[in-house]
Amino acid sequence: MRRLTPYLLALPSWMWLSIFLVVPLAAMASVSLQTGNAIDGFAMTFSFSNYADALSTYSPQLFRSLGYGALATVAMLLIGYPVAYWIAFKGGRRKSVYLFLLLLPFFVSFVLRTISWGFLLSDDGILLGTLKSWGLLPAGFHVLATTFAVVAGLTYNWLPFMILPIYVSLERVDPRTVEAAQDLYASRAAAFRRVVLPLSLPGVFAGVLMTFVPATADPVNAQVLGGTGNTMIGNIIQTEYLTNLDYPTASALSFTLMAMLLVGIFVYAKALGTENVLEAAAR
Amino acid sequence: MDPLHNPALLRGVTQPRTRREAFRIAGLSAAALALAACGVQGQKAAPPKADAVKDFWSKQTKHGKVVFANWPEYMPGDKAPLEAFAKATGISYEYKEVVNENAEFFGKVDPVLRAGQSLGYDIVVMTNGVQLQHMFELGYATALDHSQLPNFAAHAGAKYKERSYDPGNTYTLPYMSGITGIAYNTKYVKDDITSIEALFDPKYKGRVGMMADAQEIANFGMFALGIDPEKSTEADWRKAGEKLKAQRDNGIVRKYYDQSYIDAVSKGDVWLTMAWSGDVFQRQLAGEPVRFVVPQEGGTIWTDNMLIPKGAANPLDALILMDYLYQPAVAAELDEYVQFVSPVPAVQDLLKEKAATAEGKDKKDLEALVASPLVFPTEADYAKLRSYTTLTTAQEQIFNPIFQSITQA
Repeated sequence: MRRLTPYLLALPSWMWLSIFLVVPLAAMASVSLQTGNAIDGFAMTFSFSNYADALSTYSPQLFRSLGYGALATVAMLLIGYPVAYWIAFKGGRRKSVYLFLLLLPFFVSFVLRTISWGFLLSDDGILLGTLKSWGLLPAGFHVLATTFAVVAGLTYNWLPFMILPIYVSLERVDPRTVEAAQDLYASRAAAFRRVVLPLSLPGVFAGVLMTFVPATADPVNAQVLGGTGNTMIGNIIQTEYLTNLDYPTASALSFTLMAMLLVGIFVYAKALGTENVLEAAAR
Repeated sequence: MDPLHNPALLRGVTQPRTRREAFRIAGLSAAALALAACGVQGQKAAPPKADAVKDFWSKQTKHGKVVFANWPEYMPGDKAPLEAFAKATGISYEYKEVVNENAEFFGKVDPVLRAGQSLGYDIVVMTNGVQLQHMFELGYATALDHSQLPNFAAHAGAKYKERSYDPGNTYTLPYMSGITGIAYNTKYVKDDITSIEALFDPKYKGRVGMMADAQEIANFGMFALGIDPEKSTEADWRKAGEKLKAQRDNGIVRKYYDQSYIDAVSKGDVWLTMAWSGDVFQRQLAGEPVRFVVPQEGGTIWTDNMLIPKGAANPLDALILMDYLYQPAVAAELDEYVQFVSPVPAVQDLLKEKAATAEGKDKKDLEALVASPLVFPTEADYAKLRSYTTLTTAQEQIFNPIFQSITQA
């Protein structure tokens, strides 16, 4: 009995995982190979061409999403790493205040935050309107309905998910290791490059994992901040599922996206030299 | 996937949710899951037989309770018409603003109705269009007993008794109608817009808003080409698609909008846009510089319809309420708040009388309302107005990609 206890304690998590992840995934896999329509019903025909059809129709949106996701992730890394570094090493006694400020926007709904951006950045709104009236921007200049707005929105919305894991890994870096490096005649830059950065890589990895995946699949930013030609794959899946009731195409697209993200993440893990992806992310 | 990415939640997150609703959503996902696991059963329903309808209604009794599911801002805040209904009939009501979009609403109710469960609503309101058609085809709507609808028979306008999408009002009674036309911001557009060509004019490059909805945008493409959407063919859709694609590729369209178009045009992000009449009228009352026109080439008239979903707990009470809303005094009270097109023509005279006796700002507002062609279209206006194309499922699979490949490129 005692030997079984840990397994029994883990049972709720296993059931959670199987009911809410494995079963839906299996159902989705099954639907993605069916054909038919919502009125007459769908039947399993092992129609692998669903994947080919969905890909040939929607590959521009799929690759665009991966591109936007990657751009936003790089932007988050460039903005987030210095912030995390600053809080971890220069935050002093107010660290928890800064962390709280970082999380403060999360007390407002995600959709509302994105819509407020629309308000803030509107063509004659408080920001652009003011700059235009000062003659700093040409009258026709606009930010909304551009690729920039979508990527910026993605960057803004997931930035804390990049900062927090990096902060956690930097926080654990013993300052004495940096002192030791400097005692061994390393410059400050070299100490950062050879000691701090490698020690923080697991945090960077977790940060990228937690931001690239949701940013790539997000439909809200493209819908609220984008214009023509900014449609992301999340919008397409939503339309196929809710408007067209084309469950097989929606499922096939979801699976394709998932597969591409998984492959991307493993390639990334290999490139980063992390021996065990999951262990690194959990650390 | 985290809950932020659940499309069904996206539109709903700004709305407060009760715990009961949370349970319903949980149940819904379970239903969807069961449904997906064993393939998706078709349920094509045959048209109702007169005997069966009569039989169904002869068994119904009044339960003294009705649950009404409607769109937001479609009933005065104090629910006065429903309060009066409760007093007059002894039927208590529950009013829920749960319909935000037809596709999303259908996506939510389909698994529940498919599983043969009750929605918990006795009346739901849906716009004529693809999803309403699906409700009929799948047998999700209860055929109405017209012998118990005396007010509808006496007071509904002739146009609201002969609608191509529901001949003979078999399943639905109109709640309100509205018009899709052009709205423009008079701060930026100095010309009087009269033609749909303005939406295609390079002069307004990057300042034109179009709607993302396939049927809405298709109609405007067809109006621009002089095609009547109600009689259109596949070749017409493709021609309209070409026209709209050129409009996008020339950079004239800024964005394909959902309901957010009205903020964009009143803020000046777009200068002119496809628009729904009632939205613009409400903004005008708020003093914003927007104007609405039905273009000379045509505009779309759509109707929000009340229907009794399959498995409703209180169908007879629902039928009584639907008929009650057709009493001219009730319809007038409702329209004074809602400001869309009422299916009861007598409303205009009633509101005129009320305006004559009112004073001050009330009088001014009422007079503006009575004179507004957006709320009371003239015969000349009606002559320009067309419905959406009625599509079969097979046609829909051709129609949707033509227009979605433009709005979702």
